[in-house]
Amino acid sequence: MIRLTEVAKEYPRSGVALAHVSFELGKGEFVFLTGPSGSGKTTILKLLYMDDKPTQGEVWINGVSSRNATGREISRLRRRIGIVFQDFRLLEDRTAEANVRFALEVTGAPKATIRSKVARVLTQVGLSSKSTSFPRELSGGEQQRVAIARALINDPFVLIADEPTGNLDERATRGVFQLLRDINASGTAVVMATHDLDLVRRSNYRTIELNHGRLVFDSAEPPASGRPIEEPIWPRETPPDATESI
Amino acid sequence: MRSVREALTASRRAPLLSALGVVTIAFSLFAFGLFGLVAINIRKALDQVEERVEVRAFVSDSADIEQVASAMKDIGEFPEVLRVDYVSQEKALERARREMGEFADVFEAGVLPASIEVHLRPGMRSPAYVRSVADKMKTYQFIDDVRYGEEWVEKLYRLRNIASVSGIALGVAFAVVAIIIIGATIRMTVLARAKEISIMRLVGATDMFIRLPFLIDGLVKGVAGGFLALVFVWIANRVVNEYFMQTIFFDRQMMFLGVVGGAVMGIVGSLVSVGRHLRRI
Repeated sequence: MIRLTEVAKEYPRSGVALAHVSFELGKGEFVFLTGPSGSGKTTILKLLYMDDKPTQGEVWINGVSSRNATGREISRLRRRIGIVFQDFRLLEDRTAEANVRFALEVTGAPKATIRSKVARVLTQVGLSSKSTSFPRELSGGEQQRVAIARALINDPFVLIADEPTGNLDERATRGVFQLLRDINASGTAVVMATHDLDLVRRSNYRTIELNHGRLVFDSAEPPASGRPIEEPIWPRETPPDATESI
Repeated sequence: MRSVREALTASRRAPLLSALGVVTIAFSLFAFGLFGLVAINIRKALDQVEERVEVRAFVSDSADIEQVASAMKDIGEFPEVLRVDYVSQEKALERARREMGEFADVFEAGVLPASIEVHLRPGMRSPAYVRSVADKMKTYQFIDDVRYGEEWVEKLYRLRNIASVSGIALGVAFAVVAIIIIGATIRMTVLARAKEISIMRLVGATDMFIRLPFLIDGLVKGVAGGFLALVFVWIANRVVNEYFMQTIFFDRQMMFLGVVGGAVMGIVGSLVSVGRHLRRI
């Protein structure tokens, strides 16, 4: 479903962001992407939803290759990918329901379908009672749920989440994470970049760790090259990856 | 339909910005229109001067009137020729006396020769055509001399060419400035909606889907600006006619072309500014 082969990404100003990164993700898998600030997590996510192209190597996602994807193919691909960010990226002048509806409207879906689908996903994320609220009237956790509902509206095969709990308190983090687990349980793959090591340790999902743009650990790899997840992944004093979100 | 609604909603959300956009476009097209008005008036003046281009062949006193009549028939059939007139000695004297006013007495009967006056068709009044007609007329034996103000005709054409070239160059320059201004006003709308556009891209909207409302916005603003500019130019034209000199205004076709020009500039301006923005995000 998703395959990265010897992927490298270099930016003219900031230099190497990724080097020799290869891994595969299967259908319905849940994967954590971890690593300190600037390790390349966000770059990998951008490559996955083709907001950027690798300098070397190739990214395959759902049959679309980074080497020859056209603009139209990328647009169609994104309709099958849900994307969630740390800063929610909601439109402040629209209600929760309108924010979710927006993602379907741009695909040209019929009105009747839009209405029923929006109601369904808002119920799925537990916000059916707040559909007419504006983002400023919602808590951080609720805003992230709206963003997740928007990401789910097109029935994605994968949900890409870039630090989705980075701006949330403990309780909201637990709620949002449980929601992502439920989504995964219903068959949608989830790729989640996070700093929250407790979250990573508490769950038993596959973990890919990056450092300085290189893949340094993949829990799906054989133990010879892997490292038990119980060990510290990187020094705890590393500041949170607040600036990395795109 | 959605794009039209989106474009109108965007204008409703930021009415001041939209009004500012339309007025800015109107002013840039107003400058363009004023220049166009000057250009058509210069052209009209040159056309009027050009209508006076004629070839005059002086007929010798001994010429046989039948020979002259037959030659005039031949000349009238030249493809360049619009009209051939015979000016008799008496008529020439009468015309000279009328034109000279107080010096009318200088002329005596029989002093001025009879002549054949040839008027050329529009589009065939360039120096080359005039010279060719003059040369053909010189071949008649009873013609003493042919005059057509060679230098004057050449000067007129040089002036006309300069006016055309500088007109096109200035017109293009004004159009480019108008496009840049329209692009800048549309860009303000694009920037005001940057977040929305970035979300649209993330959820899979095609570039055309994103662009279309802005193109319609540019088109509407271009047309509205074009109309407004036309009103400004019309007022300016009235003021000039009232206080300075009589000038002509654009005909219907030109006015239509002006508004279409505004629409095209609006679309091009949007295409440029939205395209640049989409490449950047």
